Amino acid sequence: MSQTNAASAPPDGGVFHVRSTVLSADDIRRAITRIAHEIIEHNRGLDGVVIVGLQRGGTWIANRLGEAIATIEPLANVPVGSLDASFHRDDFGLRPVVPGSVSDIPAHLDGATVVLVDDVLFTGRTVRAALEALNDYGRPRSVQLAVIVDRGHRELPIRPDYVGKNLPTRRDEDVRVSPEGVVIGDHS
Amino acid sequence: MKHLRSIEELDAAGILSLLELTDHMVEINARPIPKVPALRGKNVVNIFFEDSTRTRLSFETAAKRLSADVMTFSVGTSSVNKGESLRDTIETVQAMGVDAFVIRHKSSGVPWQISNWTDASVINAGDGWHQHPTQALLDCYTIRQALGRKGGFEGLRIAIVGDIKHSRVARSDVQAFAALGAHVTLVAPPTLLPPSIAGWPVETSQDLDSLVGKVDVLYLLRMQRERMSEALIPSLREYTDRFGLTADRARRLGDSTLVMHPGPMNRGVEIAVDPSELPGNVIIQQVANGVAVRMAVLFQLLGQGDSLA
Repeated sequence: MSQTNAASAPPDGGVFHVRSTVLSADDIRRAITRIAHEIIEHNRGLDGVVIVGLQRGGTWIANRLGEAIATIEPLANVPVGSLDASFHRDDFGLRPVVPGSVSDIPAHLDGATVVLVDDVLFTGRTVRAALEALNDYGRPRSVQLAVIVDRGHRELPIRPDYVGKNLPTRRDEDVRVSPEGVVIGDHS
Repeated sequence: MKHLRSIEELDAAGILSLLELTDHMVEINARPIPKVPALRGKNVVNIFFEDSTRTRLSFETAAKRLSADVMTFSVGTSSVNKGESLRDTIETVQAMGVDAFVIRHKSSGVPWQISNWTDASVINAGDGWHQHPTQALLDCYTIRQALGRKGGFEGLRIAIVGDIKHSRVARSDVQAFAALGAHVTLVAPPTLLPPSIAGWPVETSQDLDSLVGKVDVLYLLRMQRERMSEALIPSLREYTDRFGLTADRARRLGDSTLVMHPGPMNRGVEIAVDPSELPGNVIIQQVANGVAVRMAVLFQLLGQGDSLA
């Protein structure tokens, strides 16, 4: 990914400067395929599994994960949905509600095994909000968490079940995940 | 945005972004448990100096679905009956800790007056003949949803029929519909038009029959008998004949023509057919959307707290 492409204006203002590329598009593809295998292995099949991507960064990953699972187990029909946890957040001021990111939960969640999918796991606050939001739709048998990058600095007792890459970071750094790759950089 | 007292406090982009926020609220309302903690700890006070069913209950439901606390103040059983002034009433309630006042009053301008006396947000739930902004927003949302007009109302033809003069709904709707690009025609006898509509972005007509079948939205207003101190129309029967939705006119409506009404309906007056038999009837959707739109307004005013940084 070139410097110019990535130096776009982030939603919270300022300019994002890419320092290094941590994962390539191929690395992400392989990580998603591996996580798909791990989900099937860990749950001994796909009975009752529902993939739910977190709006907005996790939705494309959830879709790719759904496709990867369908390639491995063509007969299993795993629902893929999305969840907007904005209204359950504890920091509205930091993250405005983004129009067009309405939740779409395509299955009953009572008794389901929900795999939450997000791009970056950081403080854990988004996941906390998502866990709470999921309760509005029913009572899953279990909830698992898949992320492309775990960058540390957790503020809550939350850990991922499936990780693309553990990435040690400084708190003030920024990590961006897109289908083209994972980059690490700073704001100015 | 601190207050919503008039639809003029929003530009077209502001209206469209509130309608997009409403999409989120509609999804919340469709959940098995339609309640989110977004406004936990916020206190919303409904003060209704005028009768209301749907608006009051709609605001109350909206606040509760966002987990705000709600106090509903019924003027009939309050110290207003002992002669307490409006200002003293507001300051007394304010002292209990209020984040938003939802106000309905028979006098135009009261919400502006109240916003001078309090730090809380003020939402106008209808002031006299003047404004009813959340009704206009829910009407816009209903049209956007029914006709799939997410980007705006460019080229849409809307007729608003009936007692324009006494209607705060008409005033707010005209501004909102026109801001989104619709072409609005007011249909009413001259006695039920405001004394001056100079500057209103509308056309007027007295001939409903020539418009039926040509408009995309037929918006019927309630004949406000409680506000009619003088004889403005010869008789209700004649009114229905010329300006009501009769069976004959209903037959000439296109299947896709939306029929809207802010409620409460005077059956047999402005609407002389059973609305549930009209293919384009969205009157019940208006009520359902009212809750979602008011959730969006409350969230917009109270939910975007200061950055934690």
